[in-house]
This record gives sequence, C-alpha cells and structure tokens, in this order.
Amino acid sequence: MANLKTVSKKSKAQSMGMHTEVLTGRTQQKFFNPDEAENFYYFGTYDVDFNKRTDLDVKDMTAPEANKEIDNLMSQGYGTIVIKNPQGKHSLGVGILNKLNLIFEGSLGYFGMGSCDGPIVRINGRVGWSCAENLMAGKVVIEKNAGSCFGAAIRGGDLICKGSVGARTGIDMKGGTIIIGGDAGAFTGFMMQRGRIIILGDVGINLGDSMYDGTIFVGGEIGSYGSDAVDAELTKSDQDWLKRKLKVAEIGENFDVSKMKKIVAGKKLWNYDNLEPTEKKGAI
Amino acid sequence: MCGIAGLIHRGKSSNVGSELQGMLQALKHRGEDSTGYALYGDTDGKNFIMRFKVGENVGEGSSSVMEDVSVYDERKKIVDQTLAEMGAKVVKEERTLPYSLRYEIDYNVKDLLEFSQRIESIPGVEILSMGKSLEVIKDLGNAKMVCDRYSLDKVVGTHAIGHARMATESGVDIKSAHPFWGYPFSDVSVVHNGQLTNYWNNRRVLENKGMRFMSECDSELIAVYLAEKMRDGATLEEGMKASLTGLDGVFTYFVATKDSLGMAKDTMAAKPLVLYESDDLVAMGSEEIAIRSVLPQEIDTYDPFDGEVKVWQI
Repeated sequence: MANLKTVSKKSKAQSMGMHTEVLTGRTQQKFFNPDEAENFYYFGTYDVDFNKRTDLDVKDMTAPEANKEIDNLMSQGYGTIVIKNPQGKHSLGVGILNKLNLIFEGSLGYFGMGSCDGPIVRINGRVGWSCAENLMAGKVVIEKNAGSCFGAAIRGGDLICKGSVGARTGIDMKGGTIIIGGDAGAFTGFMMQRGRIIILGDVGINLGDSMYDGTIFVGGEIGSYGSDAVDAELTKSDQDWLKRKLKVAEIGENFDVSKMKKIVAGKKLWNYDNLEPTEKKGAI
Repeated sequence: MCGIAGLIHRGKSSNVGSELQGMLQALKHRGEDSTGYALYGDTDGKNFIMRFKVGENVGEGSSSVMEDVSVYDERKKIVDQTLAEMGAKVVKEERTLPYSLRYEIDYNVKDLLEFSQRIESIPGVEILSMGKSLEVIKDLGNAKMVCDRYSLDKVVGTHAIGHARMATESGVDIKSAHPFWGYPFSDVSVVHNGQLTNYWNNRRVLENKGMRFMSECDSELIAVYLAEKMRDGATLEEGMKASLTGLDGVFTYFVATKDSLGMAKDTMAAKPLVLYESDDLVAMGSEEIAIRSVLPQEIDTYDPFDGEVKVWQI
C-alpha cells in the first residue's frame, strides 16, 4: 500500500480506493463551486422568450409525445405555450426544468406537472392525483379541483388550487407553499417536513398527522388533528404573510386571515439521538 | 390496482354497453386480467334474466383447470332439468360461448335464495346475475375483448358499472372477476377497487348467517355484506354507510340496483375516484380519462372525500 503522507493528492485518493472520474449532475458540479453559481443552469434547458407564444393541440398525442413537443417548442425559443385538449391525460408537462409560461386549456390526469423546476403554469381545468409532485420552484395554478396527493413531496414553489383537493395534500412536503381555496380531504400535511399549507375551507380527519415540521393554516372546520399536530398562536407576522400570499395567489383576497387556525408539529414524535450533531437535526 | 367505472342516465336510456366499454378500455392499464360489465338494460320487466356459467375460460393466462367441453353440455342439461322441476320456463336461450349462457326465464317467485341454491348445487355452475334488468357479463381479457366476445356494444339501458381487474389475491378466472351479484337479491351488483383486510372474519360470520360466497376474492365480501344488511331490512344507502366501519381496509366501490347507482369511499381515501355529476348524467371512474371517453368536452369533475357515500336514482 502506498504511503499516504508522501503521495500526491490525486494518487492519495486513488490509494484510498476513491475513483477520480469527473462527477456529473448539478449537485456535484455546481453547488460546491461558488464561482459558477451565477452560471447555474440545467443541462438541456433553453433560452426562451415569454412573448413568443404558440398553441399545441395534444388531442391525438400520447403524454410522452406531448412532453417531447413541449421540449421541442422550448428549444425553438417559445416561452409561452398553450396546450389545447389535454382531456385528462396523465403525466403531461412533467420534468420541465425551464423558465416557461405554460397554459393548459382543460384538465389533466395523474402526475401532471411532476418534477418541475421553474415554470409558471395555469391549468384551466381539474387535475388528478399527485399534481406537481416534487415541484422544486415555479408556480402552478389550478382553476378547478384537484385529486389526492396534491403537491406530494414538493421542495419549493407555489402550488395553488382554487377549488377543493382530495386526501393527503402536501404529503411529505419539504418546502414551498400550497394554497387551497376550497376544502381539503383527510391526512392533509401527512408527514410534512417543511413548508406551508393554507386551506381556506374545511379540512378532513387526521390533519398534519406525524408532521415533523412546517405550518398549516386552516380557515374552516378541522375534522380532527393527526398525531402530534397541535395548535399554535397565529402571530401578526403570520397574518401579514397570509394576506400577501393570498393576494399574490389571486385567491381569497378578502378572506379574514385573523380567524385562521395555525397548526404545527408538537415535536413529541421527534426521537432523535441526543448525541447526534445538531446540524443533522437542522438538515431534517 | 384495478379500475372501476360506472354511469347512470337520469330520465332516459342510452347505449350503456358501448359507453361502459369505452370507459373500461380507457382504464385497461389498471388491469386487464379480466373485465366485467353489470348492465341494466331496457326490458319489459316480465321475465328474469339469468346469466350463468357452466365452466371457466381456460384460455391463455387463466388459472382454471382445463375441462372437456362435453362437461359443459352435461351441466347445462342438469340446469335445464332443475329449472323444469322448479316450474321455471325458459323463454329464450342464448349460448354465447360454450361455458357462458343467458336465459330469459318466466318464473314467478320473490325469494331467489332457494332458486339460486338449487341451481348452484350443480357442480361447476355459478349464477353470475339474476334480475329483471341486470345482466353481469365477465370474462378474461380487456374491455374491448369482452365486449366484442359478448356483443355488448349495442346494449341499451339506464345505468351500468364495470371493472378492469388486475388479479392480486385470487385467481385469474371468471369466478373471481367483478362485478359480483348481490346474491340472492334481484338486480344488485358490486364492483370494487382496493383490498379488504377483514375478509375472512367477515366471511365466517356471514356464512354462519346463511350467506353464500362463490370465490375467494375479497371484493365479493362487499356484495354479500350489503345483501345481508338489506336482508335484515336496511336500505342500500344504510348498508353502504355501515360498510365504512364494518369493512376494514382500503376501498372504493360502486353498487347498482334496478333503479339506482351508489358509491362509497373508505375513511382513508386511499383509492381513487373521479366523479362527474349533472342533472341527466352521473359518470365516475378510477381516473378522469374514463369519464372523458363519454364526455370529451371540458367538464367539472371532483374527487369525493374520505368516508363519502352517494346514491343516485335513475
């Protein structure tokens, strides 16, 4: 075995069994290089012009065909795309990691707008289960109702449903904001870890069940609280934030936010080892 | 993962066979081991329609044991004899496939229990449905295959429910396929998406009360559970509401009678359902694309909440 004290950095790493290939992916290449932070972009993204607009009729397309065509239009610089006749198809608009103004003239099926980062989306219809799952950034507005698992595991961005949503809204969410104009089903905020959920209407049973962190605001009646979900004081800054957020979201502008309930994690289910580094807790 | 679909026209009839075929075919990715239809057709209401099988489809993918076709003929003969002994007159007879038959029967009786027990005491024979409007047609394959095989696309009626099955806990065969007849009640059928975890406990209790199970499919429990509730005087809606606590597990199910269609969703809301409701039509399915096959234009739909029960009349 080579002497680690005398060999060069590269061969030391090799001696320790570490490979030296260039790692790809944004986490490895971009996050740890402050000089390149300004130039951060995803591979395969495009410069688009929001004033360059086009329609795309997806009536006779499969979801993969439609998604490829959206990508093709972005590559041509179209920054505003209007999707006609989505007709409840699944998985439309997934994986868009680009600035884009996307408008759906109709309803989506399951997994619509999943794993996106950046687009501004308006859906003039309804969405099925798991809309905008894993959203990183951007804004998705749904004019009608949404199915269950709305905004599952989102990390950021704003997700707005002007109608009612099904069960498990915001399940496992790790950031961002979900705003519901109507009612929400059972297990809303189930195991959420960060972020905020605002529900102007009623919410079903087991609200915030096993939530680790984050905040839920409810304007209507609560079916029941989930395990470790507790009331908290609605502060002045909470109310100011709610007013701003609802105004920007163009929803419930005249809603009396002072009467909303604030629900947070009681943290009695937190069972972290006391010897664990504090930064690890912070990461969770 | 299975797919369910249903629709009811209020105040008029329509081509429900073709409509349900479209809805179920749109859901075929949720399972195409078998597909079943419960169609409520326009009839004069005089005679009973009995759909029954004298054997299984032993084609590709089937978990059933191969039998000689001559056995089916023998069983049919015994069924004919038994019907004659009971004073039931066969007005019309159709044998769509060697193992699948449709009889129109002139038979004046209110209690179908004894009738059904005698027919099903013949080995290998199972009544798929019995009613004055209901016809249950189920077989292996996707919706289009079953529809073509049984020429269902021309059936006109008021309402229908159906099921696209991915077999999980029981065999790939007709007896485990949905819909299930609400034995021994005339014109009651059930389809289910989900899994019932207290199936065996409930089954033991219900069998001790004289109820009949034909398969080991957990979904059959819903039909039997509701039938037992109705036998004890409950309305359909009362039975469905009781099922929210009486049945354990995850479920969304539809139940249909001669003049109504209902849905129930468990308290966990773990199984999907999208619903469209207007004054003249209610259409629902596991996914919106099922509804879109009959209503391609932009419409307002929603997900019923956890623990919700709804019943519509024709």
